[in-house]
Amino acid sequence: MDRVLRIVVAKPGLDGHDRGAKVVARALRDAGHEVIYTGLRRTPKQIVDAVRDEDARFLGLSSLSGAHGHLFPTICDLLREEGLGDVVVFGGGIIPDEDRADLHAAGVRAIFGPGTPTGEINAFVLDAADREEAGVGADSGWVWQGA
Amino acid sequence: MRGATPASLHAEAVAGSRRALARLLTEVEDGRASPSDFDHHGAVLGRSLAITGPPGVGKSCLIDHMLRAWATQGRSTALLAIDPSSSLSGGALLGDRIRLTAPDEQDIADRIYVRSVATRRATGSVPTVLGDLVRTLHLCGWEQVLIETVGAGQSEVRCAAVADRIVLVEGPARGDAVQAEKAGLLELADLVLVNKADLDGADRHASELRDALSLNEGTPPAVLLVSAKTRDGLDEAMEVLADLPERPGSSRARARERLANAVERYLTGHDDYESMLADIATGRRSVEEVMGVLWRDQ
Repeated sequence: MDRVLRIVVAKPGLDGHDRGAKVVARALRDAGHEVIYTGLRRTPKQIVDAVRDEDARFLGLSSLSGAHGHLFPTICDLLREEGLGDVVVFGGGIIPDEDRADLHAAGVRAIFGPGTPTGEINAFVLDAADREEAGVGADSGWVWQGA
Repeated sequence: MRGATPASLHAEAVAGSRRALARLLTEVEDGRASPSDFDHHGAVLGRSLAITGPPGVGKSCLIDHMLRAWATQGRSTALLAIDPSSSLSGGALLGDRIRLTAPDEQDIADRIYVRSVATRRATGSVPTVLGDLVRTLHLCGWEQVLIETVGAGQSEVRCAAVADRIVLVEGPARGDAVQAEKAGLLELADLVLVNKADLDGADRHASELRDALSLNEGTPPAVLLVSAKTRDGLDEAMEVLADLPERPGSSRARARERLANAVERYLTGHDDYESMLADIATGRRSVEEVMGVLWRDQ
């Protein structure tokens, strides 16, 4: 694997649990990517600023607080406003099935719940990296369907 | 914007686009662009300062203070935070942003740029790329560039040697001063800050460092006690940093590191590098014979 992608892993909002985010960050590092971890309790603006300044290709959002329905779409909107429409957004944490359609509609291209093998996240990243329709700014409705 | 030329990204970055600046730095880091593509000055446009030292001495806390202080004075400052890549996977976990709070303050955020940089795999290439990243930031109007690197090995020492000035950060109870000497950073330092002065052992470590430094030739760097926690000594340190003179000894040591890096880069970038290693390993050629080939090629 000689393709190095820059990926921001972020914890938006008031949520102190980052074991999952750290496991994902480490798996992506071990797959050869450069992962920038923002730390806990970031605002949407702080996260989007980090994505912009680090020139990240991917943004992984983790939420276990139940506020994903507000935070994830807010971040997607901010990315588009900042002209960062080619960034690919994915999410994880405790996300009920019935919330997923709204998040996908907002531009979150994949949602990984507890128990997801890290290999699946690596496969998603490699697949989405080459798809123009995967960017958060693409009005494509594209959602990752699994490896 | 992906696919834009370096010159157009540079023009946008100069006009204030952070997105263009970030993309331009990626192009330079990945080797697709070089500062010479948009360098119409050729002159020195800014300064660079390396902040280095062992893990856990408080480099990030001190840098956070510097970013805030300078940005409040209206001086724009960029930080290149260097972290190692895994030698196994080539990937990297870059976490220096976690400890920085100055970039979150909206009234000064425009004057602070933070970029994480992985050392990547190729030996000898990082410091060269780093020099290009510093130059790129200067050319985009970021007059002041900080380089944060853990001072714990040869490649880190060489990263620090890219900067115009080097600040070594130490902590209390770091063993004796020999530990600092061994890392090879003491001779490169233009200034030494002993952080965590609120803790026991900081005074003693500072005086041990002064003793060790006084044995070297020339003017030793100042050793200042600071505490990022209580803020003691920070104002004085910032005053010294504002106009830090270069020590003759450190400029020679930095030149040596830069030259050694250029030689290493030439060696590892040589077309026959792998076959040279294989020949030496199997005894087909001696190190001296390979050296003969390398010199002749020059």
